[in-house]
Amino acid sequence: MSREVVSQISYLAASVLFIFGLRGLTKPDKARRGMLLAAVGMLVAIIGTLVKTEVVSYGWILVGLVLGSLIGYPLGMWVPMTAMPQRIAFSHMFGALAATLVGVSEYFTDLSNGETIGIPKMSALAFEVLFGALTVTGSFVAFGKLAEFLPGRPITYKNQNAINLGLAAVAAGLFAYVVFNPEASWAFYLMLALATLIGLFLVLPIGGADMPVVISLMNSYAGLAASATGFAIGNEVLIIAGALDGASGFILSIVMSRAMNRSFTNVLFGAFGSAPTASTRTSEGLVAAPISAEDAALQLAHARSVIVVPGYGMAVAQAQHQIRELAELIEKNGGEVRYAIHPVAGRMPGHMNVLLAEANVPYDRLYEMDEINDRFEEADVALVIGANDVVNPAARTDPGSPIYGMPILNADKAKRVIVLKRSMATGFAGIENDLFYAENSSLLFGDAKDSLQKLIGEIKTA
Amino acid sequence: MAFADVYVFVLAAFVGYQIITRVPALLHTPLMAATNAISGISLVGSLVAAGSDRNTLSTVLGVIAVTCAMANVVGGFLITDRMLSMFRRAEKKQN
Repeated sequence: MSREVVSQISYLAASVLFIFGLRGLTKPDKARRGMLLAAVGMLVAIIGTLVKTEVVSYGWILVGLVLGSLIGYPLGMWVPMTAMPQRIAFSHMFGALAATLVGVSEYFTDLSNGETIGIPKMSALAFEVLFGALTVTGSFVAFGKLAEFLPGRPITYKNQNAINLGLAAVAAGLFAYVVFNPEASWAFYLMLALATLIGLFLVLPIGGADMPVVISLMNSYAGLAASATGFAIGNEVLIIAGALDGASGFILSIVMSRAMNRSFTNVLFGAFGSAPTASTRTSEGLVAAPISAEDAALQLAHARSVIVVPGYGMAVAQAQHQIRELAELIEKNGGEVRYAIHPVAGRMPGHMNVLLAEANVPYDRLYEMDEINDRFEEADVALVIGANDVVNPAARTDPGSPIYGMPILNADKAKRVIVLKRSMATGFAGIENDLFYAENSSLLFGDAKDSLQKLIGEIKTA
Repeated sequence: MAFADVYVFVLAAFVGYQIITRVPALLHTPLMAATNAISGISLVGSLVAAGSDRNTLSTVLGVIAVTCAMANVVGGFLITDRMLSMFRRAEKKQN
């Protein structure tokens, strides 16, 4: 069997194993085994590439593989679960950078060998470099905002949409030009440079709360860039894996946009939250009822059914373990505890589930919004921890509210609502929350972790 | 580039769409980490760029690309497994 056939077979095997791997993720019990298959697929594809006749020197390859493993290990084992969003954004940067560099290398090699690059291959190369480069800088900004070394608020400037559209138009023009004039390397590299700027300007104006959409979108772009690499170098496993990634990122960004009741374009060009525009109801004349830890503990201890609504504030306070401990106490008293997870709770799709799973909350107690929304009416207590906009009834009732129409958790329909809150500050959207002033709700002020510890102490001594 | 590649892309995207829509929201973060790891498949391109002695630029860019892609492969699969290992069912089911 020739070496080329061996590598082709390895790529086919890898493609199949990747698909099996992703299919494993449809069931929590089968997910780990599935991912093991995908990892085996990766190994097979790497070996299949190393036996190719084109690959003649292994020294530098080894350097890259070892260096990459040394960087990858801490990224895999040491990064805490709370830092998952920025870690993923960081990896999108790496993935897109790899695709971009392969594109540049391929283009440069073909040109310096005096080969004529056909229109299809040049389109693929240009697409790869364009999307790759903008994903590198876009993901870097997302990473910066999530890791908080860049300000999380939207950074806006005059005529930002006009400038972005102008940049995009010039980049598109260069794209078209270089496709028909492949030897015009100035156009190719200028397009590359513009793409990095577009990535920056695209994500800088997007606020921290919208990062789930941005990360998903970058995931999709990185996949598409990888697919384009496959087109350019005629490698099917790259096309397939890139298409899978692209589809995944695309679906996740749609899920996220829908959960925020926003369109793609609105997230990308809206600069949400830059200024409180719509005049919403103020808190004037409304009184929020505070509750003592003692009373709240009493209600929880006697509750038969409790639904916990965790939000990003819980993750910030690192209160996951206290929630689990409190839940165990309630269960000991004969109550049932379930968790209602809003799709955009956290800073990336599914983040809250991971944080709770890490705190040993069994995953069959975690419910998606659609599964649990009808259950709030039967719940004795809804315990809202660090969540705000996702439980604001104004989304259902007040057409003037900026979040009107956003799907929310119906925490207000529970018999009693206890809200753990640091202060009366508004949520990300900067909107007053009617839930806090509702007759059936009371507020327990303080840091979420401290408050939970007090509740745990009260129930234990009761 | 062959037109058959377009078929491959379209069909793979279709399969991807069918599978990913069935992944529960519970596992969306591991899903993203997993696709991140799988995107490290760009290694098949970068290994060739780094190892075929075409020219210095190609080798340099190739080695950087191999490093980035390998970091995603190792880090991505490790962190996905780390996350998935935390998802457990309730031990005793009370009905």
